[in-house]
Amino acid sequence: MSALLQTSDLTCVKDDRVLFEDLNISLSAGQMLLVEGKNGSGKTSLLRILTGLNLPESGYVLWKGEPIDKVGPDYYEQVNYIGHHDGIKRDLTCLENLRLVQAMGKPLPIDLDDALDKVNLYRFGDNFVATLSAGQKRRLAMARLVVTEAKLWIMDEPFTSLDKASMAMFQQMFEQHLANGGVIVMTSHHDIEMPDSDVVRLNLSE
Amino acid sequence: MKRLSLSQAFWFLLRRDLLLALRNRSELANPLLFFVLVITLFPLAVGAEPNLLARIAPGIIWVAALLASMLSLDGIFRSDFEDGTLEQMLLSAHPVPILVLAKVTAHWLVTGLPLLLVAPLLAMMLGLDEDAYGILLLTILLGTPVLSLIGSIGVALTIGLRKGGIILSLLVLPLYVPVLIFSSSAIDVASSGLPATAQLSMMMAFLFLSLSLSPVATAAALKMSMS
Repeated sequence: MSALLQTSDLTCVKDDRVLFEDLNISLSAGQMLLVEGKNGSGKTSLLRILTGLNLPESGYVLWKGEPIDKVGPDYYEQVNYIGHHDGIKRDLTCLENLRLVQAMGKPLPIDLDDALDKVNLYRFGDNFVATLSAGQKRRLAMARLVVTEAKLWIMDEPFTSLDKASMAMFQQMFEQHLANGGVIVMTSHHDIEMPDSDVVRLNLSE
Repeated sequence: MKRLSLSQAFWFLLRRDLLLALRNRSELANPLLFFVLVITLFPLAVGAEPNLLARIAPGIIWVAALLASMLSLDGIFRSDFEDGTLEQMLLSAHPVPILVLAKVTAHWLVTGLPLLLVAPLLAMMLGLDEDAYGILLLTILLGTPVLSLIGSIGVALTIGLRKGGIILSLLVLPLYVPVLIFSSSAIDVASSGLPATAQLSMMMAFLFLSLSLSPVATAAALKMSMS
């Protein structure tokens, strides 16, 4: 199977410190990359380089064999990024936030109430985000994965402030995505239990 | 489903920003209140001398408009930067300059347009020549969008800094000066009964120049600030 996401000799330097050097990753449909490492080892930097938000010191990120800055909008359409910040607006309701997410990406034809149900936020549609708890906000941020059609999910500590039940629920969702031919890159300090999936581990501290 | 067309994405983001502004009404009133307060203080400080006030009215109104616009600049991207929606905007499938233009347009509708509505009232208070009212409104209509557009570049460059406020003023104020000069000169000329076509043409040129260049520059500056 040909690789969807590749990096070629990726090097990242931050404040004169080399975080990683000549990193070569190759992920095909159905594979998940779990990035591990100590605090400050460059996990977030790697993820942001993969999204194109940060630029590497040298090397390329390739999507289907082409550098992502050449692919442009067609790459961004395929990417769902969940960072440290939830990327949702406090002063909008849950539904308004999801509509915004859909408007900015490639929307899936799904009823938004169903989408909220999938992240256990059913009936919260008209609630303002400011009234939600930290875990609920995180789940709403993750609802981005349900309402848009993207092959590549890049997630930075997606399980922050989630309880055990939600974590299990999202891991199931990830397995489903991989089974449908998606690709996932994520970092997590939590134990990942996805026995049926093809999980590649990368430790940046070594 | 296909992603939204460019114009749909533009209108969507514009509507969202207006909705957010409506829900934060106190912030919305800030620049307007500043504008009105500064101008009403002048007659008290300078003395109620009709000739003098009428003479300096164009300058007062435009300096106040300029400062009011600067005061509100940071709001264009600040909250989006803090909650991560700006990050998502940069990662959206739409061209970032178009999204930037939507945000700046919303910002102008909320902070620039209200100035247009109260300006005649303040001009009357300062005793500005009645012939110059039309030109005053025209300069505000042409000038304040330029302020928002140029300001957005400065905000985008300084958004990542913790104390960007002072740098922002130093960066943006010099670029505001041409607008200030031509707009107050236009009103001046008009109140002496002369045509202000030249000044207005220059302001129109500023508007089109900044309209076409600033969203691109702002988008590039945002990408730099986020990395």
